[in-house]
Amino acid sequence: MATGPARQAPFKARYDNFIGGRFVAPANGRYFENLSPINGRAICQIARSDAKDIEAALDAAHAAKGKWGKTPVAERARILNRIADRMEENLQLLATAETWDNGKPIRESIAADLPLAIDHFRYFASVIRTQEGGVSEIDADTVAYHFHEPLGVVGQIIPWNFPLLMATWKIAPALAAGNCIVLKPAEQTPASIMVWAELVTDILPEGVLNIVNGFGLEAGKPLASSARIAKIAFTGETTTGRLIMQYASENIIPVTLELGGKSPNIFHKDVAAADDDFFDKAIEGFVMFALNQGEVCTCPSRALIHEAIYDRFMERALKRVAAIKQGDPLDPSTMVGAQASSEQKEKILSYFDIARQEGATALAGGRAARMSGDLEGGYYVEPTVLKGHNKMRVFQEEIFGPVVSVATFKDEDEALSIANDTLYGLGAGVWSRDANTCYRFGRAIQAGRVWVNCYHAYPAHAAFGGYKKSGVGRENHLMMLAHYQQTKNMLVSYSPKKLGYF
Amino acid sequence: MADEPVVATKAALALIEEIRAEHPQILFHQSGGCCDGSSPMCYPASEFRIGESDVKLGEIAGVPFYIAGDQYESWKHTQLILDVVPGRGGMFSLDNGRERRFLVRSRLICMPDQERP
Repeated sequence: MATGPARQAPFKARYDNFIGGRFVAPANGRYFENLSPINGRAICQIARSDAKDIEAALDAAHAAKGKWGKTPVAERARILNRIADRMEENLQLLATAETWDNGKPIRESIAADLPLAIDHFRYFASVIRTQEGGVSEIDADTVAYHFHEPLGVVGQIIPWNFPLLMATWKIAPALAAGNCIVLKPAEQTPASIMVWAELVTDILPEGVLNIVNGFGLEAGKPLASSARIAKIAFTGETTTGRLIMQYASENIIPVTLELGGKSPNIFHKDVAAADDDFFDKAIEGFVMFALNQGEVCTCPSRALIHEAIYDRFMERALKRVAAIKQGDPLDPSTMVGAQASSEQKEKILSYFDIARQEGATALAGGRAARMSGDLEGGYYVEPTVLKGHNKMRVFQEEIFGPVVSVATFKDEDEALSIANDTLYGLGAGVWSRDANTCYRFGRAIQAGRVWVNCYHAYPAHAAFGGYKKSGVGRENHLMMLAHYQQTKNMLVSYSPKKLGYF
Repeated sequence: MADEPVVATKAALALIEEIRAEHPQILFHQSGGCCDGSSPMCYPASEFRIGESDVKLGEIAGVPFYIAGDQYESWKHTQLILDVVPGRGGMFSLDNGRERRFLVRSRLICMPDQERP
């Protein structure tokens, strides 16, 4: 077991809410124990807030919105850049907090989650500086001006799979656009964002960002259903997505939703045409299902492999799966850590049971991973490869674990048909040496993000969002600004002459 | 009887009764997708709008259990067994915060590519 400075969880004993630029105890005085997925033990106490705290946060946000909305974009951008700098200076601390809170391997927190989050703040600092309004010449004397205005106060509900990065995906565009925020972290991962908040308290103007922790039912629901928000953003699952849309319909406000997928990862026959770097990269692309313990909305959880190369491909792929190092998330060499919660682990195991009944074959894994010592009480699942067909439940629902379901196809038509035979359309992967095949598949797959000859890259400036039941909106790109802005059209006549109607 | 589309364990029935003591009229809606996907969400009956395309799988102790119609098509070869495990999640579901939550287990009724008997 790894030892060293990172072994101590970097949390205070207790965290209050962050409201109006201050850390404020929940009105009801209640707290809950935050457990680490690494060992199942309590690492800190977190405010168990309710509607009163949401109202206090909304009060603070509404008090701040006028000034923040009129703050020059150069200043807003400067603040976002300062947040990014502060995060960069404290990358190790934030990454360690993230790993303790979520269970993900520290190498991912350090190399992916934090650098992406930092870059995301810088990206939206730059795009807000360069955003242009519009001037439309209607006729010689009439001009339509289009101004971007903030919505005001927005609500954001954050998932537990990338707590800091997903919070950043929502915070950065909303702040850049001039909105004030009330944010509810997931109760499974409520602590790392509070470490972050302590780091940036002196940078953010009071009330611009307010973080209220607690349970979904007690704190998330009052936020989502509040008549005092101008927009709600949510990442999660479909039934809650529907309920959030329902609340939004009562208040007639826009929503953005990211509700997951069941992403196909398609390996065409020519992938194995040579045993070269490209083939090696494709094998890695297959094993990407295990990244972040599979707790990724775009997990490539359906691998579709041309039948002519199946044996050769899988022989290599299974060796790569067997080489995955699973263990202590704080060990820098660990590749797969712990699932984010015990209930998440239970759900994954329930899908192993379904897979067995449906006749799927476990080519690797298929059970909980037993750990020893301090990790014994953590939530670990073996990286798992299932062989079956697309009508099985394990091909149709996102398991959100380190699990890939593999099927073969005989030709391109069948590959495309299987790929699109899903309720969801968030991500997809296409692997081929032929540019035409890549293009045709890239366009024909009904998903918002198609990775071609790569997977699991999330650079800012590449739009991310779903087709079908995967949601509404596009994050991670300047087009997200449109989801956080109102359009003001000013239609001006420069003619002194009357129309002559009256 | 054995192949009813949805059944419940004793632990699930007990948690339903606990919730009904506070919320007499409730329903379940089976979720899909990421994060808390696959969770059976439990709401006050007046809270969640059941749509035209939702399918009612059955009732558990008088509580209706729904699933989206398209999701039903890919789940219909399995019987859902409502169970309870330790846990906190459930989003806005009424089990949230009780340190026990509903979990759906499944039993195969027919093979996934066959018509349900």
